[in-house]
Amino acid sequence: VNNSLAISLVVAGILYGTPLVIAGLGELLSEKSGVMNLGIEGYMLMGAVSAFWVVTRMTGPSALVLTVAVIFAAVVGMLVALIYAFATVSIGADQLMCGLAIWIFAGATGFSSFVGSDANLGGIAANYSLQPLNVLGLGNVPILGPILFDQNALVYLSWVLVPVVWFYLNRTRTGLHLRAVGEEPASADAQGISVAQYQYCHVAVAGAMAGIAGSFYTLAISSAWLDGITTGAGWIALALVIFVFWRPELLLAGAYFFGALTGVGPNLQARGVTVPPEVFSVLPYLMTIAALVLASTVWTRTRHGAPNSLGLSYSREGH
Amino acid sequence: MTVAGFRFERRAILPWWVRALVPLISAALALIVAGLMLTATGYHPLSVYRQMYDIAFGSSIAISATLVAATPILLTGLATAVAFRMNARNIGGEGQLYVGAAAATAAGIAVGHQSSAIAIPAMVLAGMLAGSVWILVPALLRAYLRTSELITTLMLNYVGGLLVTYLIFDSTSYVRDTTSAGGLVYPQGRMIGYSAMWPAITGSGLVIPFGFLLGLVCAAVLFVIMRFSLLGFHIRVIGDSTSAGRYSGIPTSRVFVTVMLISGALAGLAGASQVGDLTHTLDPRGLQAAQYAWTGIVVAAVVAYNPLGVVPSAIIIGGLVNAGLALQGSSFPLGLVGAIEGIVLFGVACGLVLSHYRPARTSYRRPSRRLEPAPEVSVSPAKEPR
Repeated sequence: VNNSLAISLVVAGILYGTPLVIAGLGELLSEKSGVMNLGIEGYMLMGAVSAFWVVTRMTGPSALVLTVAVIFAAVVGMLVALIYAFATVSIGADQLMCGLAIWIFAGATGFSSFVGSDANLGGIAANYSLQPLNVLGLGNVPILGPILFDQNALVYLSWVLVPVVWFYLNRTRTGLHLRAVGEEPASADAQGISVAQYQYCHVAVAGAMAGIAGSFYTLAISSAWLDGITTGAGWIALALVIFVFWRPELLLAGAYFFGALTGVGPNLQARGVTVPPEVFSVLPYLMTIAALVLASTVWTRTRHGAPNSLGLSYSREGH
Repeated sequence: MTVAGFRFERRAILPWWVRALVPLISAALALIVAGLMLTATGYHPLSVYRQMYDIAFGSSIAISATLVAATPILLTGLATAVAFRMNARNIGGEGQLYVGAAAATAAGIAVGHQSSAIAIPAMVLAGMLAGSVWILVPALLRAYLRTSELITTLMLNYVGGLLVTYLIFDSTSYVRDTTSAGGLVYPQGRMIGYSAMWPAITGSGLVIPFGFLLGLVCAAVLFVIMRFSLLGFHIRVIGDSTSAGRYSGIPTSRVFVTVMLISGALAGLAGASQVGDLTHTLDPRGLQAAQYAWTGIVVAAVVAYNPLGVVPSAIIIGGLVNAGLALQGSSFPLGLVGAIEGIVLFGVACGLVLSHYRPARTSYRRPSRRLEPAPEVSVSPAKEPR
């Protein structure tokens, strides 16, 4: 049963969906504060290359090396995001242009490629990679085993993060303030909430989580580095946040759906279906467009859940 | 905000020299940061820059190579300029360029044995048409269903990339070489006909590719459209305020779709020029590695989306790209050029805001005692007009 196509598609959905969950949650938090990160793909690539750099350079117990790699990826992602936050929050520069600038800077032919090329990371194998943890030996249980009990640590982390983010947004005072900042920064400011502080913190979190999501590619999915390894997952995560209406619980389902779409091709090929790989590779991209169309028309005319001042810079003078 | 005795106050008018400083300071910032990157990785930035300058502008051969590199960037820069001027965020230039290149290759093969007067226009039209077709769906979605064009155009980049990869590597398509021995060993594109290869204008040691001349014509035409035509007026009004455009009766949806189609056509033409001028075949790997459309966004943003300004901007950044292609991997790590472009764009985006402020001494604002007698003037009875 555990080798059937359905189960392996669900498992693939979780594998390819996890970076979308992690990066999407970070982006969701940042967008709730009113800041959109178009450069999220750039943060992810920086995280991916940093984590891979660690696992090729460091030696030690596997758990330690991998922890250091993931934390390093988070820190690097966060640093890049802080540059972005400085430009958009402190200076008040256009979020779209700065986001594109970050993507071009860090993207597939930018700084991430520079690091990978200088450290000769292309074409070498990692000494360490994230392995599935068979929890309590339950991984062999039919159906539920491979889905729930045979995942790697970052997948379990993402499962913890979803309820944590939900609780934070909906049941804590800080979460309430965060939403206030994203909806009406002027009112939040008048209440004594520091708009800039909230925006900085949540953009930093978005960067850190995107960095971790990127590390998932070089630590779990492929255990190798090549330029642009995330192949648009950051952009898909960005779209995902829109069509799950900024709700963390729906984000999980949406991310796994897109993960499964990404996994269709490799799975069918492993089963001897000879169709050109591109036919399946385009599925996530086309489905993203379809989902955005649905989100903007059929499901709702009003932008349900979209923070009111998303993408707008706030300054007291009102310029 | 007060920093070291200065505060920043908003300028009433933005002088031209402040505008001109923005790209210059951004470029300087980019060179400094890239220099730090090079120093950190054990290279000597000044000698790298020297080498890059020699490769890009050091001789007439270098300038010719720079013009070749500048050609697709000029066209994608124009594609960005026309769209971004009215806030139509077409970031799908990459995809439009790929399909433009594919269509132009097909046309170049199909009519390549005819005379050049037929073959070259056919390639140009095929490239432009394919680029417009590629952007048509996102444009209509945005205009009539209000689906953000930002992500839909971007997603089609990946689809376009996969399409051209499929045409060469995973199918026996019309544009793939299936006859020669080399093509059977390693998948490669079929060459376009001899008369479909675009001519180059040579003179005084310079080689100016035909695509570059096309780009110059497009820049001039776009400038005239933007400045003197009704469409250009509509574009500028909508770009400054969409609601103002709508209230004044401009058919915003129709203008939006038109502009997006023009933008897509220019990006497609960039793909066609790459095939006609340079590769003479469809090269999916090379096209995807080059990222001409992203560079085009930088080129256009630097000159605030002015079509004529795109020309010098494309030549300068074309020099950077040319040097990158020649030296990347051997003289410095890959990715340096993209990083520089990103920093330039970043600096321009920040500079656009910062240039609206100027430093002023804080003491200037402090209420001065000498102003005390002033009320006498202001409360004096107003003189009767006339």
